[in-house]
Amino acid sequence: MNADKKAKIVIIGGGPAGLSAAAAANEAGAAAGDILILERDNVLGGILNQCIHNGFGLHTFKEELTGPEYAARFVSTVQERGIPYLLNTIVVDISVDGDGSKVVSAMNRTDGFFTVRADAVILAMGCRERPRGALNIPGYRPAGIYTAGTAQRFVNIEGRMPGHEVVILGSGDIGLIMARRMTLEGAKVKVVAELMPYSGGLKRNIVQCLDDFGIPLKLSHTVTDIRGRERVEAVTIAEVGPDRKPVPGTEETYTCDTLLLSCGLIPENELSSQLGVELSRVTSGPVVNESLETSVPGVFACGNVLHVHDLVDYVSEEAANAGRNAAGYVEGNGSEGKPEEDGTPVQVIAKDGVRYTVPSSIRIGRMNDLQLIRFRVGAVYRDASIAIDFNDTVVRTQKKRILAPGEMEQVILKKEDLQKFEGLKTITIRVDTSEAKKQ
Amino acid sequence: MSRITELTCIRCPIGCQITVTQDDDGKVTEIKGNSCPRGYEYAGSEVTNPVRTVTSTVHVEGGVLPVTSVKTKGDIPKGRIFDCMQAINAASVKAPAAIGDVVIRDVCGLGVDVIVTRAVAKA
Repeated sequence: MNADKKAKIVIIGGGPAGLSAAAAANEAGAAAGDILILERDNVLGGILNQCIHNGFGLHTFKEELTGPEYAARFVSTVQERGIPYLLNTIVVDISVDGDGSKVVSAMNRTDGFFTVRADAVILAMGCRERPRGALNIPGYRPAGIYTAGTAQRFVNIEGRMPGHEVVILGSGDIGLIMARRMTLEGAKVKVVAELMPYSGGLKRNIVQCLDDFGIPLKLSHTVTDIRGRERVEAVTIAEVGPDRKPVPGTEETYTCDTLLLSCGLIPENELSSQLGVELSRVTSGPVVNESLETSVPGVFACGNVLHVHDLVDYVSEEAANAGRNAAGYVEGNGSEGKPEEDGTPVQVIAKDGVRYTVPSSIRIGRMNDLQLIRFRVGAVYRDASIAIDFNDTVVRTQKKRILAPGEMEQVILKKEDLQKFEGLKTITIRVDTSEAKKQ
Repeated sequence: MSRITELTCIRCPIGCQITVTQDDDGKVTEIKGNSCPRGYEYAGSEVTNPVRTVTSTVHVEGGVLPVTSVKTKGDIPKGRIFDCMQAINAASVKAPAAIGDVVIRDVCGLGVDVIVTRAVAKA
């Protein structure tokens, strides 16, 4: 197949993950001109452009930045290095050719439909919000129901308020941030209802976005009715029992013109699954090895398309790893190099409260001296431990005052420990609750 | 008469519930419920002088975007957030605007500038 363009590394997505991956691939030896970023929006920076609140960059830059400022630093790096990118460009397909190279099909208004042949592809498409259609909320379907991120775009980019009296379902960070944002712009946010008995948002957002403005957070509550034919007129919320079903008699109705939904983020992997990349049923993101390489050799994944992160700083860090590994792959140190030196991959298993791990396998021959394992837990635990087993032997337990689903956790493995352990087949990461209180 | 304030610590994910007692003059007499020195310090300053960074948007004249984002360059007293918002909503910038451009000098006499956080090109 003849391709219209050629690049060594094509990066799908010009948000925080794609930008950091591009910069790191360049630093690791890939020539700027051999990299190509494809971005569907008319600017680089991705979702950070609408995240105008501060709190970004404490790990990366040791200072507190707003989203646009954080994005601008990475955009400048990419531009200064002369790494090419195409805006307003939507990727419609990725496939593997007979020789193992990848063909990325994309289109935009200037070039029309075109293909790019690449040695490596980095998936950095991010995630999207769970929409109303996926939530099974009863009631009418009037105007005035938005995901929190859509409302954020209206207010912060378009300069328009989606409504004036607001109920929010879900206590994800974007919902909390929008509760404060709309309050500052003069709206009345009446209540935030959260189905779970705990919030999925960061503590500082609950305090600074809700408590600061006296906005009530009702845990174990959900929306049971939406009223209004043309426009939302009222929303009814009710308490839910341990089975998460509404408890009759606990309904409360709030008059409002807007319902915002902040009910979770889903990695956007249509392209990945078309390509045949194996996806995790827990994260909806690709299954990756220590190099953040998917089941398709030479295709890497990073950022929220891989698993939903809590802090963008961790996205940048992870994406930089993917960028370096992709640069190594195109230099010929790829997974098709000398597989016998890598040995059989060690499987990383999530168990007992740990929902998943990234990566989910490690080739010891390919790992760095230190390997970061990131994961999330499925419930709130106090005074529990994170235990690491090599095969069936407990090798480490780490006490944790608190573990919460809203915060990403990590453990670091040492290459020498893995090498020393005779016949290592599995590494299990689990929550040890022997002394813990689960809430 | 002493005044008692209950607050949630935000210094780490544990989120300790801290109780702060102040005397009539507002002087902190007791801090309970924290589990580390950072929580103690947070609770003390949060009841005596709570501060926040305000982030918002302002209208752009002649730019490729209708609004751009701004922030207070430093923290301002929590009680003055809405005064600050009023000033921000009355302000605008002319394109082109760069990150760090001052939109409002010394907003509400608080000694803090409001600055642009996203560059906007001329339309």
